[in-house]
Amino acid sequence: MPTGAVIEFRNVSKRFGGVTAVNDLSFTVEPGRVTGFLGPNGAGKTTSLRILLGLVGASSGTATFGGVRYRDLPQPLETVGAALEAASFHPGRTARDHLGVYVIAAGLPRFRVMEALTQVGLAAHAGQRVGGYSLGMRQRLGLAYALLGDPGVLVLDEPINGLDPEGIRWIRGFLRDMAAEGRTVLVSSHLLSEVQQSVDDVVIIARGELVHRGPLSSLDTDAAPQTIVDSPDRDALAAALTAAGIGFSIGRTGLLAATPDPALLGHLAFTAGVELSVLHRQKAGLEDSFLALVGGGHSL
Amino acid sequence: MTTFLRSVAAEFSKIFTTRLWWILAIVLFCYIGLLAGGLAALFAGIQTGVISPDAVNTGGGVTTFGSLPPLIYSFASSVGYVFPVLLGALATTGEFRHQTLTPTFLATPRRGVVLGAKTVTLILIGAGFGVVALAASVGLGGGLLSAFGVDALLLDSQTWLLVVRTLLAMGLWAAIGVGLGVLVPNQVASIVIVLAFTQFIEPLLRLAASFLEVTAQIGNFLPGAASDALVGASVFTIANPAGAAPLDWWQGGLVLLGYAVVGTVIGYAASWKKDVT
Repeated sequence: MPTGAVIEFRNVSKRFGGVTAVNDLSFTVEPGRVTGFLGPNGAGKTTSLRILLGLVGASSGTATFGGVRYRDLPQPLETVGAALEAASFHPGRTARDHLGVYVIAAGLPRFRVMEALTQVGLAAHAGQRVGGYSLGMRQRLGLAYALLGDPGVLVLDEPINGLDPEGIRWIRGFLRDMAAEGRTVLVSSHLLSEVQQSVDDVVIIARGELVHRGPLSSLDTDAAPQTIVDSPDRDALAAALTAAGIGFSIGRTGLLAATPDPALLGHLAFTAGVELSVLHRQKAGLEDSFLALVGGGHSL
Repeated sequence: MTTFLRSVAAEFSKIFTTRLWWILAIVLFCYIGLLAGGLAALFAGIQTGVISPDAVNTGGGVTTFGSLPPLIYSFASSVGYVFPVLLGALATTGEFRHQTLTPTFLATPRRGVVLGAKTVTLILIGAGFGVVALAASVGLGGGLLSAFGVDALLLDSQTWLLVVRTLLAMGLWAAIGVGLGVLVPNQVASIVIVLAFTQFIEPLLRLAASFLEVTAQIGNFLPGAASDALVGASVFTIANPAGAAPLDWWQGGLVLLGYAVVGTVIGYAASWKKDVT
């Protein structure tokens, strides 16, 4: 069973001309866990991953696998499997031939081609020209490329893009299985909701800078909790809240009371003789925390 | 070293798993076959009197062309060279166009190794194109010469020297194509440059240069002229009014090699080594 190496970004920066795409990025990704690499489009995710894989040169800093740069890995495909964009194919080549080129280049056994295609569910389409593939099939073929060397580290850029619901369910299970086997799994996405069911840890970047890292649960913050409360007699309820000194605003589904405690409001209404129709706590969701971190995220 | 050999094998696989190589090879064979076969029949007909000299408009000039067979056989490279250049340029620019540099560099992070392997591969396949072109020019052309009773010189050592040098020239042309491909990664631009230069600009330059002794010396260093010098015969060298001596065959070979090396090295720095985004 291949074991995962620790991915380490250390003070990685990248400038394209005068534009800073990645700025002083430092974080580590541990084996045995699925790590979501999140941020809005244009935040620098793809650039960071390409620096990690030696496809783009960093202006400063280093990105390594267990301390070794990608280009210094003795057997790169057997150490790291990467799937970047969904269009790195010659359209006239069949899936089998496409992967065949790279098992030759990496010195891997030929049977790995069909094994990888079977693993991603493309075995039946192995002899088909890639030009006729759907976006979802291209995503799977990209993934098959990543799996050729049975690597301990997986680096996947937006692997869920273009997959149908069945494919999304499949890849979620796939990512969990890979991590459970002890591999390091780094998955980028611009949508937290897309990966939140499969990731253990999150690394969030915005405008090329790290804004948050930690377990997924660390996003579950309750900074300003409110309780939604409503009554058929809304005026009486408002009066009761005012009398108790609890601030509120009028929301779409009722009054948003500035207290995290529904029991307090229930007691208040009971003693004031006001009938309640709605009473529940409003929690800021993971997505809200994510959006707050990446700064509004209008491009999401 | 094993990395390099694996890369060469992978580059061969890239060429032979797409359709371009055999389409180009078939067109090359038909084109050279038609040209060499047609002109062999025409010239041999005139030389042997089967076609009456009176029927030929020579502008009052010569009706003898020196030794016919080398002239006919050299069509393989003097006209066919554009095919290995195209193959080399397309194989290289295709990597940029289809973004296959990403999986290529992930499998072989040493980019210089990949480019070296691509050059070696294309030289060998270019020589293979030479075999196809010679099959047309020597096979069809020589066959027709014999049919008209002209000695096809098939057992002549000079003929076989020409054959070997043609293979070398075709291989070097494919390497020049790789160099052009990394120099001009835009596939459409690369194709336009190949066609415009080989079919239009260079023939004009060679003609213009040939009128003066001094420019004819410079004209000898044009890639097509160097290639003809390497092969040792060409339809272009019989129309050379100033009569400047062409380069020796080995000089011509070195000039071609120079074009390939300079293009590839500059292109390596200008595009191959750059960020793959």
